[in-house]
Amino acid sequence: MASSAVVTANQLIIMAELKLFRTWSSRFSLRVVWALDLKGIQYDTIFEDLSNKSSLLLQYNPVYKKVPVLVHNGKPLLESLVILEYIDETWKQTPLLPEDPSERAMARFWAKFGDDKVLPSIWNVFIKQGKDQEEAIVTAQENLGCVERQLTGKKFFNGETIGLVDLAFGWLANLLSVFEEVCGVTLIDLEKFPLLLEWIQNFADAPIIKESWPPRDKLITKYQALHEVYTSKEAPK
Amino acid sequence: MAEDSVKLLGNWVSPYSLKVKWALKLKGIQYQYVEEDLQNKSPMLLQYNPVYKKIPVLVHDDKPLAESLIILEYIDEVWKQNPLLPIDPYERAKARFWAKFVDDKCVPALMAAFSKKGEEQERAVKEAHENLKILESGLEGKRFFGGETIGFVDIAAGWIGCSVQMTGEIIGINLIDAETMPLLHSWFQDFLEIPLIKECLPPQDKLLEYIKELHTKILTAAST
Repeated sequence: MASSAVVTANQLIIMAELKLFRTWSSRFSLRVVWALDLKGIQYDTIFEDLSNKSSLLLQYNPVYKKVPVLVHNGKPLLESLVILEYIDETWKQTPLLPEDPSERAMARFWAKFGDDKVLPSIWNVFIKQGKDQEEAIVTAQENLGCVERQLTGKKFFNGETIGLVDLAFGWLANLLSVFEEVCGVTLIDLEKFPLLLEWIQNFADAPIIKESWPPRDKLITKYQALHEVYTSKEAPK
Repeated sequence: MAEDSVKLLGNWVSPYSLKVKWALKLKGIQYQYVEEDLQNKSPMLLQYNPVYKKIPVLVHDDKPLAESLIILEYIDEVWKQNPLLPIDPYERAKARFWAKFVDDKCVPALMAAFSKKGEEQERAVKEAHENLKILESGLEGKRFFGGETIGFVDIAAGWIGCSVQMTGEIIGINLIDAETMPLLHSWFQDFLEIPLIKECLPPQDKLLEYIKELHTKILTAAST
């Protein structure tokens, strides 16, 4: 900032900008893209190469050095679920969270469950082999069972419209099938997870949501390479 | 609010249920406390928190809520006196970020410093120290994370001060010392001086005994 009291027009424009630092494939960044797009908010996108992080990213997120980072009026916001709540509090149209406090608490609970339990357990299925993978599948399916039950009687986790929990679980609608294809394991089938499969269909095809999916073939290539790295480290048991 | 409409299932050693106790006390909310034996969990706990089967659980008008930070946000939204989170959305985002940082980064490093030996412990202590320095930056030179009075992050992080002091005695390493972390050190001192904070602490001698026993058990298990 200039030390003089006069702020230039350019500085004002920069300060008023909304900038999202993301990568093309980051599932956490995608949540923020969807939230902003659902609310019709204009923003600039900066695509990061995580093997060569920009000095701006490191300046805005010195603690974690990760994406997404949302910069609003020069102030950085970190951690996707924290960013989503900020977006919801700042722009009131198309609310992501319900109004009732106990429903809000439940939404936060399930979003956290997704990140703390579901995602790591599915990642374990992806990186493990043999007996370890069999055990990982059991855990992942137990966690997915909890998620399935949350959809009883609802089109989306949020009810009739997409909300925070849907955005938090959004990666299930594209990445899960990529993982399944790359590692040759079917985690969700129609018999055990009919509601989840239906949600995946509805979410993947929803207006706004469907415009931002990263290209599937590129994702397959990326995760095939990652899978090789993980599975070449250990012999199957 | 009638006492029987708010129930807290907790455990006397758990810092997570302590956070909720602090929040309820700060807001002057009457509640019924139920001490859970974590080696022998009650059917009530398993019914209220089937996903994690853990405390704390806050039950309000028969609706159970789990996960301490989520419970704190709920308490703040239902009872508006003595707010925990600031009004400004950016300040709220910062508070949520720091509370999450405590759980995601500080806690695992502190647990590792406590439960490991030798080189592994040295690495864990280094990481814990780095994370605590980062947490100190979140104070932004203020007396408390909440400013002049305590707020969300103080309640989310405050127990670390107590824990670090106690485990420091046991492992012989002082993780929050006045020299390298002056602001965090005085924050923790000031935090513990607050009457409502002190009143909710478990009996410290009993807790020290418990943690010493736990430490011995962990190290014995690790070497067999």
